[in-house]
Amino acid sequence: MLKVTNSKISLDQLSAYRERCKEEFAQKADQVIILVGLGTCGIAAGGAPVMQAIQDELLVQAEAIKQRALDVVVRSTGCAGMCEAEVMVEVRRPGGHRTMYGQVKPDLAKRIFVEDVVGGNPVEDLIVHREEPGVKPGGVLAKQLRIALDNCGYIDPEVIEHYIARDGYTGLERALSGMSSQEVVEEIKRSGLRGRGGGGFSTGLKWEFTHKAPDEKKYVLCNADEGDPGAFMDRSLLEGDPHAVLEGMIIGAYAVGADEGYIYCRAEYPLAINRLRLAMKQAEEKGLLGENILGTGFSFDLHIKEGAGAFVCGEETALIASIMGARGMPSPRPPFPAQRGLWAKPTNINNVETWANVPRILARGSDWFAGIGTENSKGTKVFALAGRIKKTGLVEIPMGLTLREIVFDIGGGIQYDRPFKAVQIGGPSGGCIPESLLDTVIDYDSLIRAGAMMGSGGMVVVDETTCMVELARYFMKFVQSESCGKCVPCREGTKQMLSIMERIVSGKGEPGDIGLLEELSAVVKEGSLCGLGKTAPNPVLTTLRYFRHEFEAHVEDHRCPSGVCRALMNFFIDPEKCRGCTRCSRICPVGAITGESKKPHSIDADICTKCRLCLEKCRFEAIIV
Amino acid sequence: MSAIKLTIDGKELEVAAGTTILQAARELGIDLPTLCHDPELPPNGACRLCVVEVEKAKSLVASCVTPAAPGMVVHTESERVVRVRRSILSLLIANHPLVCITCEQTGSCKLQDYCYRYSVTENEYVGETKELPLDSSNAFFVRDMTKCILCGICVGKCQEIAGAGAIDFTMRGFITNVGPAYEDKIEDSTCVFCGLCIDSCPVGALVPKALIGKGRPWQVEKTKTICPYCGVGCGIYLQTRDNEVINVRPDFDSPVNRGHLCARGKFGWDYLQSKERLTTPLIRSEEVFVAVGWEEAFGLIVDNLKEIRSSFGPAALMGLCSPKASNEESYIFQKLFRSLGSNNVDSYSRHCHAPAVEGMTRAFGGAAMTNSMEELVSAEAIFLIEADPLKTHPIIGYRIREAIRQGTCLIAAQSEDTGLSDIASYYLQIKSGSAVALANAFAAVILEENLYNPKFINKRTEGFAAYSSSLGPEVVRRSLELTGINEEQLRSAARAFATANSAAIVSTAGGVAQEGGSLLVTALANLALLTGNLGRENCGLYLPYSENNLQGSADMGTLPALLTGYQPLREKTVRDHFSRAWKVELSEQPGLSAAALFSGYGNKTVKAMLVMGENPAACGEHREAVTEVLRNLNFLVVQEMFMTETAMLADVILPAAGFAEKMGTYTNVERRVQLNRAAIVPPGDARPDWAILTELAGRLGFKWEYESPEDISTEIAALTPQYAGISYERIGAKGLQWPCPHSEHPGSKYLYEGRFQRGLGLFTPISMDDQAKLLFSYEENRSAGKKTLCNCLSDSMRNRSVISKL
Repeated sequence: MLKVTNSKISLDQLSAYRERCKEEFAQKADQVIILVGLGTCGIAAGGAPVMQAIQDELLVQAEAIKQRALDVVVRSTGCAGMCEAEVMVEVRRPGGHRTMYGQVKPDLAKRIFVEDVVGGNPVEDLIVHREEPGVKPGGVLAKQLRIALDNCGYIDPEVIEHYIARDGYTGLERALSGMSSQEVVEEIKRSGLRGRGGGGFSTGLKWEFTHKAPDEKKYVLCNADEGDPGAFMDRSLLEGDPHAVLEGMIIGAYAVGADEGYIYCRAEYPLAINRLRLAMKQAEEKGLLGENILGTGFSFDLHIKEGAGAFVCGEETALIASIMGARGMPSPRPPFPAQRGLWAKPTNINNVETWANVPRILARGSDWFAGIGTENSKGTKVFALAGRIKKTGLVEIPMGLTLREIVFDIGGGIQYDRPFKAVQIGGPSGGCIPESLLDTVIDYDSLIRAGAMMGSGGMVVVDETTCMVELARYFMKFVQSESCGKCVPCREGTKQMLSIMERIVSGKGEPGDIGLLEELSAVVKEGSLCGLGKTAPNPVLTTLRYFRHEFEAHVEDHRCPSGVCRALMNFFIDPEKCRGCTRCSRICPVGAITGESKKPHSIDADICTKCRLCLEKCRFEAIIV
Repeated sequence: MSAIKLTIDGKELEVAAGTTILQAARELGIDLPTLCHDPELPPNGACRLCVVEVEKAKSLVASCVTPAAPGMVVHTESERVVRVRRSILSLLIANHPLVCITCEQTGSCKLQDYCYRYSVTENEYVGETKELPLDSSNAFFVRDMTKCILCGICVGKCQEIAGAGAIDFTMRGFITNVGPAYEDKIEDSTCVFCGLCIDSCPVGALVPKALIGKGRPWQVEKTKTICPYCGVGCGIYLQTRDNEVINVRPDFDSPVNRGHLCARGKFGWDYLQSKERLTTPLIRSEEVFVAVGWEEAFGLIVDNLKEIRSSFGPAALMGLCSPKASNEESYIFQKLFRSLGSNNVDSYSRHCHAPAVEGMTRAFGGAAMTNSMEELVSAEAIFLIEADPLKTHPIIGYRIREAIRQGTCLIAAQSEDTGLSDIASYYLQIKSGSAVALANAFAAVILEENLYNPKFINKRTEGFAAYSSSLGPEVVRRSLELTGINEEQLRSAARAFATANSAAIVSTAGGVAQEGGSLLVTALANLALLTGNLGRENCGLYLPYSENNLQGSADMGTLPALLTGYQPLREKTVRDHFSRAWKVELSEQPGLSAAALFSGYGNKTVKAMLVMGENPAACGEHREAVTEVLRNLNFLVVQEMFMTETAMLADVILPAAGFAEKMGTYTNVERRVQLNRAAIVPPGDARPDWAILTELAGRLGFKWEYESPEDISTEIAALTPQYAGISYERIGAKGLQWPCPHSEHPGSKYLYEGRFQRGLGLFTPISMDDQAKLLFSYEENRSAGKKTLCNCLSDSMRNRSVISKL
């Protein structure tokens, strides 16, 4: 029997090796596996001390464990997607019994260890999710379907055998076992997979262009320059399941005829880069990457290029320029990268999530994949759910779900059950969708019709306490400072738009401003060189489309309906309601509030910085905005 | 390429596949506005001003980057297009200081013109404007980046063409800027002051200092002429006002430089207006010079020359002619001396290039660069050996860079880093003085690995047997010691050179003018013969000369033993031919060379000299001996622009005109005869050399009837086979490359097709000992060797120009 070793394996040994891994890592009858979520999110929430506490407990409880004849295994895993529940600890028992605990601290970890792991009694008050064999998971996972994130939060991303045991490298095995590169391209085309980076272009078609390009040397690239504010799908994927991305790229390289590739990952993702490096090393040791892959003669050399922090490098031509050592600035297409890309060679570039879907499609077949989703948008999409929502986190849903289902069924609705106002989708290139369109179906085309776009998957939910004008200004500020400066409409146009937006939120809006914004939007959209500029006005345009009244309130009445824009606010104290409790004057950091005890207080508007602290402190609703 | 039919503004046309809409529209004469487009840079698509409406397209497209497609219907000035153009212009001027009243670019500013064209008057957008400090740190130009519209052309020129890499975009968003790294001043950057950025800036962000306040475009006259510095012969436009040169712009249509220049051409003209210019004839009176009129000066010269000639014989007269003189001047210079019965005509500056002449003449029979500079771009491989063309002949450097961009393999063998080392496919860091050993080792490897060209060798060469037997296996071994590179480096580079279908060899003065230069030239000629890289396009041997008319001066027979077109004086038919044409008897006694004169062999016979534009007293390592020879003459006349070291020794100094003050032709390194036109009149009483010589000849009794340099050129054509088909009329804007044997001939891009000048190409073996000796002698004379670099002539100009600060 093949041993789990570091020696290279060949194509005909792979499936036996996988069986061996499955056996080796299958949960034995006496085994209790404890998983600690140690993605960047888990670590940031304090995952390391929790892990330490569990390992300490493992020693402390050694005798008890021995008495009960248990085999307790402690592992780390990637992000399970439930951000608000970090640090997460899972106790997994044979047969598919999974108990997930959230917001675990070291002392709670100890309790979980004693009560659940050793004692066999789940700590009910800490449970955030539970799965039992044969039962469809409920809660946040009820409406989710995990394809790209399948292994995230399940396997230890630093152990290649875990990935292999989860049918890893089955897709590659199939591709290299008699499928021609053309057939692999066809398979992806049939699956209906579209680019998950935002544009939604058919992945199979894209591959075909590069496949057909007549050149000896070709490249495949992975765009891991995730930069939309609030988006972290790619990071979680790379941290939680790096091999899925590697396998996707190896299959892609085989399909398009490339022998070299780059992962362009932003340097702000050190853990993802480390895990990728480790994964690449492991894959090379196994003969799954590098020279003569699986003994088939196909070779693929992969490198990591760390980005230098420019948002625009997520644009494919800028990304390519950046890899070549030039300033990351987009260049006109055509020529498309498939014709003339990296080092002027045909180049296929896909984003992280797209690549992660590829091995699954190859392993389970295009028909399976095409069976999921809507007519023109197949499979699933990962979203980073954030904002004023109860359960923030990463969700993966089949295309075709409605926004309402995501916000209310998966996200659990709005914090404090306030009224829903809008959901911002697609980051700086996207737009906000109002309540009236909550039943919009999630697919590429419906979102565009609604004025937003799928984007890479950022989804920010806002409630009535958010000023839509201010939100649009924020995105405008973002695109303006991230504009590469090359083309005039984007560089100068967004600056003008930003000036107008800044004017409006500071109460200096003028009657013609809204018209000017619309006019400028048209020029920037029509005139810009790359996608960043062409979509830069979207946040403003959708806000104008659905929340025009908020704009008008700012411009015409100099009023911020949401009470957010400070320049438009005046704080004063209602003497009728004020009891003179002095709480407000004591909290005021600038000494703007004066008054004798037990007598109504007053605010000096010249000193007040509108920090809202008094508003939050007052128990009598005496502070009026 | 299949043709594509499309319709633009209602007009149908057919263009080749790959043509952009912009190019197609321009074919129709439609003037699409562009700010960031430059034909020689990769498509940019940044300014978005060239947007057009394509029917059925979702949005407007930038015509500069959108290829024409079959059936496309394009509207270039539709309402939608104009609206976007106006908005873009409004956005640009919202962040552009509207100081047109004082801006130097007013009248030639594209932004201004387009705002006018689209009636963008007052600005609807107000907001922040850029605030950036003015950079006038350098002596050459001012950078006002508040005016910059970030079109990126300067960045492209600096990085792609010049390869200086001094500037790039910096920062992002609204504060995006163009400049050196770390916001440094341009002076502290890698800028070489070639001026490519200045001449392509569409607005007034980059302005030459000399131009400031000197005139508006419509007040300025432009004269197309030729740069007076190196042998490349760049086409330039002199911009003048009130008899003063105020700026130089490159000739974008010149086949030589295609709009490119270097610092010398762009900024080096200001010596013309130096206060040190000589403006009147001067005669020595005791130890001081006294200003006199031409009449008196000529009288003195005629008397002295006549007297010395009658007392000591014609051979007592000698002339040194500058390789900066025009063809016409060089021609009548030697005609004058030969008419006086003396063949003592030479140029001392040429001395530095003697090794090149010697080596090439031995191998091919002629001493000119075999192929044209433009062909370098299409060569499959370029072997650059001990040359730094980006410094010595920048245009050749630019062409090599362009070639590399298009896939040419550059093999650079250098003892010192150059701007091309980094981008070479093979970079061989050889020890100084070992270039000959390397070239020879290349040949040895090529022979050993059977990569030579037997067909060419059999048909076109002689001496192969002796040559090949000199290249035994020990040659490779010894050369590795001498050069210091390893065998793998040597073999792979030699293979790359030999297996290319066309390979050019380039070596500039640094390689050739040093000691043993002629050995190197011989080794390189051998290599070209061995691989058959001669007599056809895109290959050949490039040994470019350092002075603008060094080629033409030699072509014109300012050589002791050769008449025009290298016709040997010793042949009676040649002498008879010239005697008949000139109506004088020619002496058959070969003249004295400058080298022989100054090395002491001739100083006893030569009593009087005329030095036209040369400065041997400041040139080379034998300056003291030269000065001694000149001091001992009975009579010395110097035609000069400045009081040079040589002029200081003269009895009579005649004030000469500069290049911008006279007409004439110059022959560049690729044998291209080009026309130089006068843009201003000489200062004071200064006269063009041709006029001085003609006058002098008349006073000496010769009946020359030259009204203009053109008359002289007609005579040159009649007496010089290579120039037979060349006339001012035919030279036109692009020049004509000799050989041009008749008036229908288009000129010759490259030499030796089918036949070398000497018949067969000659291989010359080089002994191993010579190579080894060379290494040591060069090491010893390294510093001395550098001084002999032949730029002493240009120095008298450069030292009086702002470029002396470089």
